[in-house]
Amino acid sequence: MRANPISRGRLFPAHKLWLVALLALAAVLSVTIVAVAQDSTPRPVTDDQVNAVARGLYCPVCENIPLDVCPTTACAQWRELIRVKLAQGWTGVQIKQYFVDQYGDRVLATPPARGLNWLVYVVPPAAILAGVYILYRAFQTWRKPVLAIPPVASTQGEPTTIDNQYIVRIEEELKKR
Amino acid sequence: MVANFGFGTLVVTFLVALYGVGAAIYGGRKNSQPWIESARLAMLLTWPLLTVTALCLIYLLVTGRYELAFVSSVTSNSMPFYLRITALWGGQAGSLVFWSWLMSAFASAVTLRKWDRDREFLPWVIVVALVTLAFFLIMILFFENPFDRLWQTPAGDVRTAMFQPAGALLLNQADGRGLNPLLRHPGMIIHPPMLYLGFVSFVIPFAFAIAALVTGRTDDRWIRITRRWTLVAWLFLSLGLLLGSRWAYDVLGWGGYWGWDPVEIAAFLPWLTGTAFVHSVMIQEKRGMLKRWNMVLIILTYALVIFGTFLTRSGVLSSVHAFAQSAIGPLFFGFIGLTFITSLALLLNRWESLKSDAQMTSLFSREALFLLNNLLFLSIAIVCFWGVIFPLISELVTNQKITVGPPFYQRATAPLFAGLLLLMGIAPLSAWGKSTVRTLGRAIWKPFLFSLVVLVLALVAGVRNLAALLGFWLCGFVVAITLYEFWRGTLARHRKSDESLPLALWRLASRNRRRYGGYTVHLGVVLMAIGIIGSQLFQTQTQGTIPQGGSLSLDNYTLTYKSLDNWDTPDGRNVARATVMVSKNGQNLGDLHPRRDYYYEAQQPMTIPGVRSTWEDDFYVLLVDWQPISSEGATFKIYHNPLINWLWFGGFVFILGIMIAAWPDKEPETVSEQVRRQAYLPAKT
Repeated sequence: MRANPISRGRLFPAHKLWLVALLALAAVLSVTIVAVAQDSTPRPVTDDQVNAVARGLYCPVCENIPLDVCPTTACAQWRELIRVKLAQGWTGVQIKQYFVDQYGDRVLATPPARGLNWLVYVVPPAAILAGVYILYRAFQTWRKPVLAIPPVASTQGEPTTIDNQYIVRIEEELKKR
Repeated sequence: MVANFGFGTLVVTFLVALYGVGAAIYGGRKNSQPWIESARLAMLLTWPLLTVTALCLIYLLVTGRYELAFVSSVTSNSMPFYLRITALWGGQAGSLVFWSWLMSAFASAVTLRKWDRDREFLPWVIVVALVTLAFFLIMILFFENPFDRLWQTPAGDVRTAMFQPAGALLLNQADGRGLNPLLRHPGMIIHPPMLYLGFVSFVIPFAFAIAALVTGRTDDRWIRITRRWTLVAWLFLSLGLLLGSRWAYDVLGWGGYWGWDPVEIAAFLPWLTGTAFVHSVMIQEKRGMLKRWNMVLIILTYALVIFGTFLTRSGVLSSVHAFAQSAIGPLFFGFIGLTFITSLALLLNRWESLKSDAQMTSLFSREALFLLNNLLFLSIAIVCFWGVIFPLISELVTNQKITVGPPFYQRATAPLFAGLLLLMGIAPLSAWGKSTVRTLGRAIWKPFLFSLVVLVLALVAGVRNLAALLGFWLCGFVVAITLYEFWRGTLARHRKSDESLPLALWRLASRNRRRYGGYTVHLGVVLMAIGIIGSQLFQTQTQGTIPQGGSLSLDNYTLTYKSLDNWDTPDGRNVARATVMVSKNGQNLGDLHPRRDYYYEAQQPMTIPGVRSTWEDDFYVLLVDWQPISSEGATFKIYHNPLINWLWFGGFVFILGIMIAAWPDKEPETVSEQVRRQAYLPAKT
C-alpha cells in the first residue's frame, strides 16, 4: 500500500510546494529589505546620483544658481548632506521635502502649486488667452469694412509669367519703403 | 584734483541737461527756433562733458587711487591694465557713468542728423533724451557718486563722502579689493558695453515716438526716421545677449549658456518687445496699420529697458549679474512709473489720430501673420516678466521667498518659440494685403516636402525624441523656405534681366537689404535653434572622482586623468590645472586643461572648463575638486553638448543679417516731405 504523503508526516501536498517556496522567498526578501532599510551602514552613492537630486534644488544663499553646479562651500555641504541621505536610503522626493521643511519652498526650482503660487502658473496662460481673444476680435472688426487703401498690386501691367509676377512684387514692395 | 574735476564735469553736465530740457520745452511750445537750437547744442555738449568725466574716472582706476571708494572696490594692484579700464562698468557707480556716457553719445549723434524735414520733432526728442540722461545723472550725483572718497573720522569710523567731513582724514590705502573674479575675463571688454549700447539706443526710437505723440505728426515718418536706430539698438542688444551667453558658457562652469537668471531675463525682455516692434513697424510702413500698437510696443520696450536696469541695480533681486543693494531702487521705480504713465497719457490723447489707414483683408496675409508673431513675442515676454516679478510679489504678500527657475520658463516658452519658428517659415511666402490658403499652399508645398526629408533623415539618424523631431522639422521647413525665397528672387531676376545667377543674387539682395537681411537673420535663428535643440535635449553629463591614470566615460568619450599642477600667480590667484587625455571610440583626441582659479583677495573660486569643440559637439570638462597627495585623485564633471557650436555660428549669421538690414542707403524724399522741408528753410532775401 502506498503511503499517503500527508500521513507520512508531510505538511503540504507535493503540488503545493511551489507556493510554499514562493512564500518563504517573499518572507526572506521582506526581512532583507527591512534589515537593509534599518542598516545605518552607508551605501556608496555616486556623484551623478547626488547631482540628480541637487539639480532641482537651490540653496537660500546662492539664489538662482542650481545646487548641482554652485561652487560655494555651503552648497558643497548641502551636496554632502544629500549624499549621506541617499546612502541612508532616502529617495530624491524625501530629500527635497527635507530641505523644504528646513528652508521653505524657495529651495525648489519651481514653487509648488498651492496658495498664492497658483498665480505663477495661471496668470501667463490667462494673459496669453486674453491676447488671443483680443486678436481674434480685432481680426473680425478689421475684416468687416471695405479697404481704404488697396493691397499691394502691380502698376506695371499684368506680368505674364510667375517669375515676372514675383520680381514685380518685390520691386513694388521696394517702392513702397 | 582729478576726482574733483570729474565730479565738477558731472555737475555741469547735469545742469546743462536740465537747461536743455527747459529750453527744448519752451522752444517747442513757442515754436522758437533759437531756443530749440540752444537746446540742441546743450544736448550736443553733454557728450564731451561726460567723456571728460569718464576719462577722469578711468585715470583714477588705472592709477590705483584707492582713497576713492569706487576705485578701491573694483580694482587692485594685481589687476592687468585692461581690466582696470573695464572696471569702469564693473561696479554700480562707474557703470552708471558709463551708461550716461553712452546715452549722451547717442543723444549727441541724433542732434547731428539732418533735421530740416522733421524739425518739429527735435525739441521733444531732446526732452526725452535729456530727461533720461538727467535721471541717471541724479542717481550718480546724489546716490552713487564714483568720486566719493573714504574718510577716517576721529572716532575711527570710515565714512564715504565727496568732501572732507569735519575732523576726518583721507583714508589712504595701499591696495583695493579688486574686481569680482567672474568679471576678470576678456568678455568684460565687450559684453556689458554691447548690452548697454542696446539699452540706450532704444531710447532714441522711443524719443521719436513721444515726439510724434506730442506734435500730433502721427503718420509713419517717426518710424521711417528711427528704422535704422531701432535696428542698431536691436543689433547691440542681440550682440550683448549672445556675448553674455558665450561668457557664461566659458566662465560660469555649469556647462550651459542661459540659466534663466532674473537679470538675464531683464535684458531679454526689451529684446522680445523690440523684436516684435522691428516686425510690426513694417505693417505700418507698408499698410498704414497698427499705429497704436507700434506706439505701445516702443513704450513697453523703453519701460523694460529702464526696468531691466532697475532690476540689476536696485538689489531687489539676487543674481550673478546684480550689483549690490542700493538706495536707488525707489527712484528707479518712480521714474519707470512716471515715464510709463506720461507715455500712455500722450498715447490716449492721440488715440483717434492713430487709426489705421487700411483694413486687414485676410487671415493669411503677411500683416496678419506678423500680428500673430507679435502675439507670440509678447506672450514670451509676459511669461518671462511674470516669472521675474512673482518672487517679489510672493515675498511682499506672504513674506515667503520662492524661486521661479529654469523648468518654469522652459516649459512655458518652448511651445511659443516653436510657434515663432513655424511663422518664420510661413510669413515670407504670404503677400501683403491679400493671401489665401490656396496661394499660400501653392508656394509652400515644395519647401514642405524638403522639410519632410529632414524629418526622415532625423529619424534615420536615430532621433526619437518627439520635441527634437518637431524642432528639427521646423528648422528644415524654415531653411527650405528662406533659401527658396533667395532662389526664387534670384532666378526671376536672372530670367528677366539676363544677369548671371551670382550677380542676380547680389543685386537682388543689395536692392532690398532689409528683406534679404531679414531672411539672413531667419537663417541665423534656425542655426541657433539647431544648437539649442541639440544642447538642451541631448546634453549628457557625469561626475566622478578618479585617481591619476584613471578614466571616466560619457557617451563615446573617455577622459583619462594624467596630472595636476598647482601654482600661485603674480595677480593673486592660485591656479590648479589638470591635464586630461580625451579619446573617442578608443581614438586619442589630445589633452584638455580644465582649471580652477582661486582668488585670494575675494576668496572666490572660478572654474574654467577644458573644452574640445567640433561642429558635432562639445566635450566640456570641469575640474570640481582634487586631492594632490591622496590616491583619490581628482573629481571631474563632464558635459557632452551636442550641436552647441551651431548656436554660436547661428548667432554670427544672425548679427550679420541685422547688419545687412541696417546698412545705410539713401532714402527717397516724398513730395510732402519736400514741401515740409521748404517750410523750415530760411526765406531768400
